[in-house]
Amino acid sequence: MTEQTVAIQVQDLNFAYDDIQVLTDVQFDIYALDSVCIVGPNGGGKTTLVKLILGLLEPDHGSIRIYGGKPADEHRRIGYVPQYAQYDARFPISVREVVSMGRLGNSMSGHYTKIDRQQVLSALDAVNLVDLVERPFSSLSGGQRQRVLIARALASGGDILILDEPTANIDRASEQNFFDLLGKLNQHMAILMVTHEVGFASTFFKRIICVNNNQVFIHPTSELTGDLIRDMYGGDLRMIRHDHRCSAEGHEHD
Amino acid sequence: MIELLAALTDPDLPFLRYALFTGLLASISFGIIGTFVVVRRISYIAGAISHCVLGGIGAGLYLQNVAGISWFSPVYGAIIVALLAALILTGVSLHAKEREDSIIGALWAGGMAIGLLFIAATPGYFDPMSYLFGNILLITKNDLYFVIALDILILVVVGVFYNKFLAICFDVEYAQLRGLRTHWLYLLLLCLTALTIVLLVRIVGIIMVIALLTLPAAIAGNFARSIWQMMIVATLICAVFIAGGLGLSYSLDLPSGSVIILIATAAYLLSLCKIKRRRKSRS
Repeated sequence: MTEQTVAIQVQDLNFAYDDIQVLTDVQFDIYALDSVCIVGPNGGGKTTLVKLILGLLEPDHGSIRIYGGKPADEHRRIGYVPQYAQYDARFPISVREVVSMGRLGNSMSGHYTKIDRQQVLSALDAVNLVDLVERPFSSLSGGQRQRVLIARALASGGDILILDEPTANIDRASEQNFFDLLGKLNQHMAILMVTHEVGFASTFFKRIICVNNNQVFIHPTSELTGDLIRDMYGGDLRMIRHDHRCSAEGHEHD
Repeated sequence: MIELLAALTDPDLPFLRYALFTGLLASISFGIIGTFVVVRRISYIAGAISHCVLGGIGAGLYLQNVAGISWFSPVYGAIIVALLAALILTGVSLHAKEREDSIIGALWAGGMAIGLLFIAATPGYFDPMSYLFGNILLITKNDLYFVIALDILILVVVGVFYNKFLAICFDVEYAQLRGLRTHWLYLLLLCLTALTIVLLVRIVGIIMVIALLTLPAAIAGNFARSIWQMMIVATLICAVFIAGGLGLSYSLDLPSGSVIILIATAAYLLSLCKIKRRRKSRS
């Protein structure tokens, strides 16, 4: 497997919910060690695109291939990290039990073997949460829960990691940790992340896929320009530059 | 109390012993299935199944008394209808998405209507009250066997598929991604729920099923750190409710089902107050 091996191949993809066309003629490749961010406004079709890649939805037209196979057959190659906010906050479940779910589907009854238990611990080790293995999932902070869900995806042992809005509801310090972790994982797996925030995208991701009202564009992050932002949000807006400070009075451009 | 113990050991009053043993043994099924119903948030589905059961009971009475099929007792009708309802509700959850609650409502009321029509068409007087509100003192030796069989079935199935059931309750989409046959697991879970409900109908009646199925598990959920702890605590709490309710109703000469449910409801409200106070003192 080289960097140029195609991990996810999307061709002429069309999808509609009943009469509402969500994606039209989408086409892109994601490579084996790629890091790609899918951005776009809420309701623009990002989650639909992810569900198609995961095989939870079937395309109306066109095809998706995961390392050459159908998503429904190859879903075990994909580690998926959903938004943690969707979970019942009072569900009585431990960190170990959540991460162990990544090992399900390997046996008929769903009992865990010694190898499964080792994989769970090494996945927790990769996200630095081994100490919390017996803690209730509900007692963790937002950033910790996010890492537990990443550990669950790692425990399943795929070579593609897909994350849905992982930076929503976590503070800036955790966000920095989070991208450090993604950087480490990116050395051996492709990373595909969905978000509606773009502020950080240029620093970590190699490419950006913009999904908005049927339209999908792909940009290298070096080209983060006004046109790109318009693609993302479907209109002109002002960019906030976190890397650029000015005095309280502001300053003037010439 | 002494009076009650005397009644329990009285050889002329076997029904009280059956009632107590059945209730205590049934707590195992109620605690386990109730926990799933609470964490998966499907108490309205349990409600629909329990009300549908009247259709099966009515059909059983009709077939037995009018059609002359003497072996077809109402409990068979109840089991068939409950399993059928579980099958329909699984299909509904897969395909009807936004229409789900309307269909559940239709099943809920339709099942009851069919049951009442069958009862009306059956000559002789059948009091639907005992089905609606239950009467644990009518329990026979056969019910005791049914409870034991159900306990064993539930312990075995849940023991084998524990991790998978946990996964479909916590995160069904992820379970599907891991290659689990989530629809079949959900159907299996609903079928076990349906059988448990048939048993519950015997003890507390159709209308109060949801309370005894969910309240012990809801109370247990306040303390438990995992699903299996919740099951054990719910089973114990449920056993206390049934034994306490039975004793109290016997000594005060009140309907047993109502007393059991009142105890459960009071305990639940108390546990809510406690939790609230604990959260307040923590913050």
